[in-house]
Amino acid sequence: MKEAGNTSGQTSGQKMLLTMTGIGVFCALMIVLSYQGTLPRIEQLKAEALEKAIFKVVPGMESKRTFRMESDGSFTEVSGKEKDARLVYAGYDKEGKLVGVAVEAAGMGFADVIKVIYGYDPEKEAVVGFYVLESKETPGLGDKIEKDPNFLANFEALDVSLTEDKSKTKNTVVAVKHGEKKNNWEVDGITGATISSRAIGNLLGTSTAEMAPVLHKNKAFFEVKKGQ
Amino acid sequence: MSQLTKDKTGEGFWGNLANSPSTNEFLKGLWKENPVFVQVLGMCPTLAVTNTAMNGLAMGLATTFVLLMSNILVSSLRNVIPKQVRIASYILIIATFVTMTDYAIQAISVDLSKALGAFISLIVVNCLILGRAEAFASKNTVGKSMLDALGMGFGFVIGLLSLGAVREILGNGSIFGIPVFPASFQEWVIMILPPGGFFTLAMWLMFFNHRKQKKAAL
Amino acid sequence: MFKKTLHISTSPHLTKGIGTDDIMRNVVWAMLPVALYSVWSFGLGALVVLATSTTACVLTEHFLAKISKKESTISDWSAAITGLLLGLTLPPGFPMWMAFLGGVVSIALGKFVFGGLGYNVFNPALVGRAFLQAAFPVAITTWHPVYAPDRFTTVPSATFTAPFMEPSTVDAFSGATPLSAFKFDHVVTNSYDLALGLIPGSTGETCAALILLGGLYLIARNMMNWRIPASILLTVFLLSGALYLANKEAYPSPDFMLFSGGLMLGAVFMATDMVGSPVMPAAVWLYGALIGVLVVVIRIWGGLPEGVMYAILLGNAVAPHLDNLIRPRVYGTVKTAKKS
Repeated sequence: MKEAGNTSGQTSGQKMLLTMTGIGVFCALMIVLSYQGTLPRIEQLKAEALEKAIFKVVPGMESKRTFRMESDGSFTEVSGKEKDARLVYAGYDKEGKLVGVAVEAAGMGFADVIKVIYGYDPEKEAVVGFYVLESKETPGLGDKIEKDPNFLANFEALDVSLTEDKSKTKNTVVAVKHGEKKNNWEVDGITGATISSRAIGNLLGTSTAEMAPVLHKNKAFFEVKKGQ
Repeated sequence: MSQLTKDKTGEGFWGNLANSPSTNEFLKGLWKENPVFVQVLGMCPTLAVTNTAMNGLAMGLATTFVLLMSNILVSSLRNVIPKQVRIASYILIIATFVTMTDYAIQAISVDLSKALGAFISLIVVNCLILGRAEAFASKNTVGKSMLDALGMGFGFVIGLLSLGAVREILGNGSIFGIPVFPASFQEWVIMILPPGGFFTLAMWLMFFNHRKQKKAAL
Repeated sequence: MFKKTLHISTSPHLTKGIGTDDIMRNVVWAMLPVALYSVWSFGLGALVVLATSTTACVLTEHFLAKISKKESTISDWSAAITGLLLGLTLPPGFPMWMAFLGGVVSIALGKFVFGGLGYNVFNPALVGRAFLQAAFPVAITTWHPVYAPDRFTTVPSATFTAPFMEPSTVDAFSGATPLSAFKFDHVVTNSYDLALGLIPGSTGETCAALILLGGLYLIARNMMNWRIPASILLTVFLLSGALYLANKEAYPSPDFMLFSGGLMLGAVFMATDMVGSPVMPAAVWLYGALIGVLVVVIRIWGGLPEGVMYAILLGNAVAPHLDNLIRPRVYGTVKTAKKS
């Protein structure tokens, strides 16, 4: 093997240090530049994807306001994205009337945590839309929770009505075997994807049991228009 | 090194085409030294992200870009980098371009970056890239290194595409998202799961080795 | 000086002329009642599945031997056994083309690529079954009712599905074997029904009594290592019994665990595969215990209702290492002198 130029063996530590620093500085510069260059576009794409999901789960929605849920169950309006906060997205139609609230929920699936967003209509006291944000369910099987039309039809009007005193849901959402749906708070499962269907049923059950009463109580608050 | 490969490729179909040494540097990666089917390098992305033809193509192109850029930089710095710290320098250079590619893919499409996920970042440890930097770019001129990177990169694309195509056709009944079977096609779910990657790679390797043996027997 | 009467030869010193084909033929006899019962209880659907998978295995064996320019090995019955075993693990009414594919995979991937009979790491039938399970999870959990009145006159609609097409499921019901009923709905099936095979399931796994009978025949003819089924069944019984005693609400009873699913079939006919199981008695006990533990763990805590297939495949994988582990040290050697 012939040496490719440099003097082997006797390179001084200084030169090594200098080269590494040089390359390091150059690389850092390149990374910062490409980060700066792509950041606005990446943020925009991510926001668009979330926006699309929100508009998908609240039918008839024309504009949106974002609220942060406080620990005491009240809501504060926020602008833009906030890290580590529980956000809900209230949707309004052309006249500015509240048509639904989009809520994110997560639960353990067959492979990993499934993240979904669903729309809650405080007027109908029902789930009116559903979209899977993140899932690693088995392709061709568990991932049917994202696109199976029969399964998605469950969430056009899923009953989560409240008890008389409005403190909790009358019935908890639960998944049943395919073809055995009798009540409209039950989720008709997918054949061959029992575990994934059940995971969706459970995570919606848990989330709606907690959120539906809170959202319903704050219905009037969401109705109040900002600055008008 | 280059002398050696030239002698090897001086015969057969490619030999006629590859009269000049530079064509040879490009062509050897496509066939004679194909990174997937002959060198069996970079198996992590080969097996993990080839569940559709599109993912295979995107991964292959991303790797080609990183390979090209790192080969150019390593080759032009080959007289500057001291021998003792060369591997660290190469990794630093490769990681930089991988990070840039990662940002670029995120900026191109949310769905694509979701599908490729962590595997873009894992290009850093793809031994194909470090292998070419160490074995070729550090000893050859910038021009030759570029041709080498392009050849190897496209060879990698061919490998990933042929895996992705088979897996998508059997596992999803489509190619590049376009259905090739009637709607009642029964998907072989296993083909888009990890075992399908191993099976398909094994089949292709069997096919190529069988051909090689036949040729050698003649 | 040696007398001429002392015959000197190298090992093995066989006393009886039992060859591979003798043993294999007897295994077929032992499995025959199970296969016949499955045809009786499930009708034509089961017959087609068994015939298809057996044919596929024999044809593949013959074809592969031909292209690798070796003598065809179908006369030693081993391919037929693999096919029959594969058929017994599939649900009746399983599409023909899938059963055929399973047979091809069993022989080609499960046996041929390892070098043929005697060199395979895993039980070939289970390799085929595992492939089918991962490839067609819906079709392989589509069951048919037992003793349907029209079982000898009509074939389930899915059986003759055109190759590569999705089977129809109009006359089947999905995911309601005793095991999945317990796992997902906590419904316990009567153990008496389980033992006699009055339940839906794969063609050959339903009648535990006939499987045991076949096993006893092979043990009596000294053609099966009795320690394997004994250790698997004992481990499952003890472990599930302990869990059942700890919490009768949450865990199934040990007799339910023993007689449901493919445990009997797996313990008697699959785990006992001579190639995939260890040789030393102590290693055999370990091997059986490992499979038993895995079966219970997968069934109770895993995502799938049935775990026998994966338990045996994992058992096959560690079998040679168990033999190594148990092997006594040669007298006079030191521990550090590692040589295989």
